[in-house]
Amino acid sequence: MLEVRHVHTRYGKVDCLKGVGLSVGAGEIVALLGANGAGKTTVLKTLSGLVRPSAGEVLFEGRRIDGVSPEEVVRRGVAHVPEGRKVFQKLTVLENLELGAYLRRDGAGVRGDLEHVFALFPVLKQRLRQRAGTLSGGEQQMLAIGRALMSRPKVLLLDEPSLGLAPIVVSSIFRMIREINREGRTILLVEQNARMALSVAKRAYVLELGEIVLSGEAEAVRDSPEVQSAYLGGG
Amino acid sequence: MSDAQVAAALLAQQLINGLTIGLVYALIALGYTMVYGVIQLINFAHGEVFMLGAYLALTAVWLLTAWLGAPPAILLLCGMFALSVVGCALTGRLIERVAYRPLRGSPKLTALITSIGVSFFLQNAVMLLYGSREQSVPEVLPMVSWEVGGVSVSGMQLLILAVSAAMMVGLDRFVRRTRTGKAMRACAENTEAASLMGISPDAVIRNTFMLGSGLAAVGGMLFAMNYGSVSFHDGYLAGLKAFTAAVFGGIGSIPGAMIGGILLGVFEGLAAGYLSSEWKDVFAFGLLVCVLIFRPSGILGENLPEKV
Repeated sequence: MLEVRHVHTRYGKVDCLKGVGLSVGAGEIVALLGANGAGKTTVLKTLSGLVRPSAGEVLFEGRRIDGVSPEEVVRRGVAHVPEGRKVFQKLTVLENLELGAYLRRDGAGVRGDLEHVFALFPVLKQRLRQRAGTLSGGEQQMLAIGRALMSRPKVLLLDEPSLGLAPIVVSSIFRMIREINREGRTILLVEQNARMALSVAKRAYVLELGEIVLSGEAEAVRDSPEVQSAYLGGG
Repeated sequence: MSDAQVAAALLAQQLINGLTIGLVYALIALGYTMVYGVIQLINFAHGEVFMLGAYLALTAVWLLTAWLGAPPAILLLCGMFALSVVGCALTGRLIERVAYRPLRGSPKLTALITSIGVSFFLQNAVMLLYGSREQSVPEVLPMVSWEVGGVSVSGMQLLILAVSAAMMVGLDRFVRRTRTGKAMRACAENTEAASLMGISPDAVIRNTFMLGSGLAAVGGMLFAMNYGSVSFHDGYLAGLKAFTAAVFGGIGSIPGAMIGGILLGVFEGLAAGYLSSEWKDVFAFGLLVCVLIFRPSGILGENLPEKV
């Protein structure tokens, strides 16, 4: 469904991605793991059109989306939940969700999806008229995911949904990720929390200094000695 | 009347005069603040757009009287409003497209200097088109005024009050309730996140320039009617005053620009009434200096720390 081929991306003179290739099949949850600065966020930004690759190609449903504007990527059905959530702090929860559906013109469908987001995250319904900046970190993460779902995406790109959240909140967010996937949405999950990510993912890739160094089924990746020592604290 | 009554009437008169000019400053200040909100640029050409609005309003009066002889005031007012708002909105859009869009992503100073260049360009263009002499604006509204307890209020002042209030309420509704308005607020807060929603930052910036220029045009039309004459220099001082108002209220904040404009006008009115009208500009810019030193974020500006 989503395919990245030999993508190189650079910021100024620094090569950030050096020929990354990965693929995500329809209905899968795929985890992209790696340390700080490995280039995980750059991979997602390249997918959503915020960054243009200097070489390589990105295909979504067989069509190229590298070099396409972020707006067009959203229109085609890819929603990106950015690192640090980036909810619109000064806007209300409802306004944030409405903006998620910015490109949609089907009022009834949008209202239905709004109810669906409330069913997934009931806390958002209670906070509807509050400014998003007054929400807790976990609630903001739920809002960011809910906002992305409002575009009715085929693929959801999640950047560090566990960042800065208490463990109990992290597990409820991951329960929701699994739930969203069960509804038929494909998910590419970028995480530093390898343990959580591998518990929901079907397959995983490990990114190190801009290159994929390991990939495979989630269990195989989890059991590999490199991942055990570098990311899971095992021996 | 007793001395106390005279003093009270003088105060009320200065407050009303100040409010009138303050509302015009506020209309211009909104354009500065909205453009700053989305692209962090102080568009120094904005004062010239206001001046162009005044000239276009005058042009509408010329055209309508040439065509219809002596049209009714309401028709003249509608014609002035339409020509100056549409003309300025399109000019604002053109300025953004030609002068600022190619510089997107370059250092802030580059765009700032460009805006000064655009300002000179517009001043000279208007001078060449309309001549360098002051143009007098024919009377559109009959000169009426009411006297209440020693305070006089003119019909023109009431018109300024009504039109500016309508513009500001309309703007507030627009920004809060419409899809485009929400996109503008989202873009002002975080352009990258807004583009992930499918919002095109270019479209938002274009709309912001058009909206701000249209508001300045309304200010220009009211200004031309109030003073009875326009000159191609008028945009310079009014633009600087409105910029002061925007900074005073908190640059980037829409209610801030409204409050800043009104307060600046009142402050000037009081300075003119109690000290000397020749010193009013000194007080206005003295205020700017004080705000920049003691409260650079202005009245309503938020000094949020950069989030990690």
